[in-house]
Amino acid sequence: MLKLINMGMNHETAPVSLRECLATDPDNTPKVLSCMRNLTSVNEGLFLSTCNRVETLFTTECPHEAKTAVLSYVSGLAGMSPEAFQSSLYTHEDMEAVRHIFQVASSLDSMVIGEPQILGQIKEAYYHATREKTSGVILNRLMHRAFHVAKRVRSETGICGAAVSISYAAVELAKKIFHVLEGKKALLVGAGEMAELAARNLLSNGVSALVVVNRTFERAVRVAQQFDGQAASFDELTTQLKDADIVITSTASAECVITRSMVKQAFKKRRNRPLFFIDIAVPRDVEPAVNDLNNVYVYDIDDLKGVIELNMAQRQEEAIKARRIVDEEVVKFEQWMETLAVVPTIVALRTKAESIIRAELKRSSSALGELTASQRAVVETLTRSAVEKVLNDPILFLKGKAGRTTLNTYLDTTKRLFGLDTHDMDGEHE
Amino acid sequence: MTLIWFNSALFFELLAAGGFIVFIIKQQQWVFRISYWILVAGLICHTFFLAYRYYLLGTVPVLDLKSALSVFAWSIIGVYLIIQARFKLRVLGSFVAPFAAFLMIVSSVMPWKTGPVNPLYKSLWLTVHVGTIFIGDGLLAIAFLAAIMYLIQERQIKQKRLGSIYTRLPSLATLDRINYHAIVYGFPFLTAGMITGSIYAQYALGTYWRWDPKEVWSLISWLFYAALLHQRLAAGWQGRRAAVLSIICFLILVFTFVGVSLLMGGYHSFSSLEAV
Repeated sequence: MLKLINMGMNHETAPVSLRECLATDPDNTPKVLSCMRNLTSVNEGLFLSTCNRVETLFTTECPHEAKTAVLSYVSGLAGMSPEAFQSSLYTHEDMEAVRHIFQVASSLDSMVIGEPQILGQIKEAYYHATREKTSGVILNRLMHRAFHVAKRVRSETGICGAAVSISYAAVELAKKIFHVLEGKKALLVGAGEMAELAARNLLSNGVSALVVVNRTFERAVRVAQQFDGQAASFDELTTQLKDADIVITSTASAECVITRSMVKQAFKKRRNRPLFFIDIAVPRDVEPAVNDLNNVYVYDIDDLKGVIELNMAQRQEEAIKARRIVDEEVVKFEQWMETLAVVPTIVALRTKAESIIRAELKRSSSALGELTASQRAVVETLTRSAVEKVLNDPILFLKGKAGRTTLNTYLDTTKRLFGLDTHDMDGEHE
Repeated sequence: MTLIWFNSALFFELLAAGGFIVFIIKQQQWVFRISYWILVAGLICHTFFLAYRYYLLGTVPVLDLKSALSVFAWSIIGVYLIIQARFKLRVLGSFVAPFAAFLMIVSSVMPWKTGPVNPLYKSLWLTVHVGTIFIGDGLLAIAFLAAIMYLIQERQIKQKRLGSIYTRLPSLATLDRINYHAIVYGFPFLTAGMITGSIYAQYALGTYWRWDPKEVWSLISWLFYAALLHQRLAAGWQGRRAAVLSIICFLILVFTFVGVSLLMGGYHSFSSLEAV
């Protein structure tokens, strides 16, 4: 009986120290795949290793043997004993394995649900498997279905919808205010990793100019260089507020750096153009009363965190919908797997019919010798279609019985009725 | 015949309004597409209805409030469909279609008035006057709806309530732009409507301007819109203030359209329009 097996570990079951053992070396994937190819117990195989997960997926006729072999090889690559590996491992079989792979591909099993990278990583893993020729009928089908599920989940649910990081949430808000960021100017007050990340995201989303203001001018110049921006001194802050559309503040100042009166003053020259403050600093840099001014929007770090929490909750809700899609697709895949059991019998039936046709045509060839080539072709077509029409109903009938408990009886009957040689066929369904 | 066209227009427009409400909740593209085409069907029936009425009366069917409301609904839907083609702002339909449907419901419950039409009204000038006024009104109604959407969205962002309303409404800049464009195009139509109206008055009544209540209130709304446009163009108003002012302007316009005609008398009032 052919089994589909998935063994793996993810961010929940294994500590990062264990996951990174395998993720660091890019040669690991081809190594594992060629090991799988050489193992007689493994038919088809796939290996996925990212910083958050390690997954092996293979089909086998002798599950126990294959599992031990794969486990010992993979743990050997990580330089550990299989026993140490075992405790962090999960094993899924058949439809559970299918479900797991579908969930991984559609980012339902990720640390940040809905993150987009995993699909690319899975595609990469599949590409390796095809290149190493460890992927066959079942894995080809399974992986293509997994990509299809991921696509469906992405388009039919909002799982990848709203931003779940501070800098993306800021970009999203800016887009809700300005619609497009092309031609907008950003002002970065202070520095810091998160502020710079936000600035980078704004720039990559179309913001055309960036001015960096810092208490120490040298630091401002250095940061500005990174972004191809301009540096300005702290005293120029009020003047800079006149031109900016989006202001990111993250200074270490204990008092507010931007006050209501400053913004009000800047607005006299701004002609009411909207101004968006992203205040990442703790304690805050922008006076809360600034938010009360017309066409000014102030979001501090807590507001942004609130946005993210909301979006996370929304993704969780969408994940329920996504799991339903996965369930649907698992059922479809199961149906396909069941039809596989019928395939050898159908193939045998067709082969037998074809050989009879050939033999009969050969036998009559002398009698048919007087015919022209086109007439011969007509005779051949006629014979073929007559045979095919006879076989059509039994084949449809068998396909219809796929997955039923009575299937084996029918397969057996078919073999007997048509005198099919069972030795040539796979033993799977016996 | 008129009843069939009117009722099918009413039916399609109500259905479209329902569809657009479902669309804003469910956010599914096919719901929008169906609602959109139902609205188009409604507009076609509505156009047939108005054309037939025009043929029956020999002049534009705006002489009673029932007809005038239906013309208003027709012009709003027409203007929306044109704007939709340009701005592709689906969610606007969820505000426009219910608004138009509301006007149609009010129109449908009012009694039909049939009587001879004063030959004075069978003039091309009246058609041009009413036509331009209603195109202007349609555009300004869109500006009003965009302003309401702007204020809702602005409130969501200011108060940091980024829930389902926030995600469904478009960006502030888009709403402001629609409000601006609708006024920039609507205002000249309003102006043209008033000028042709006064030419018609000269032709029909012998005087360009009579200080009739409707004329006075039209002038007031025109001045308000002129002020809004001036503030936008010269003082750089945008966003909240422009939105609030365009809502005030529209309320004055609606008062001019409905209130003055019903409450204040004068030759524009429907009771005198119906008199032969």
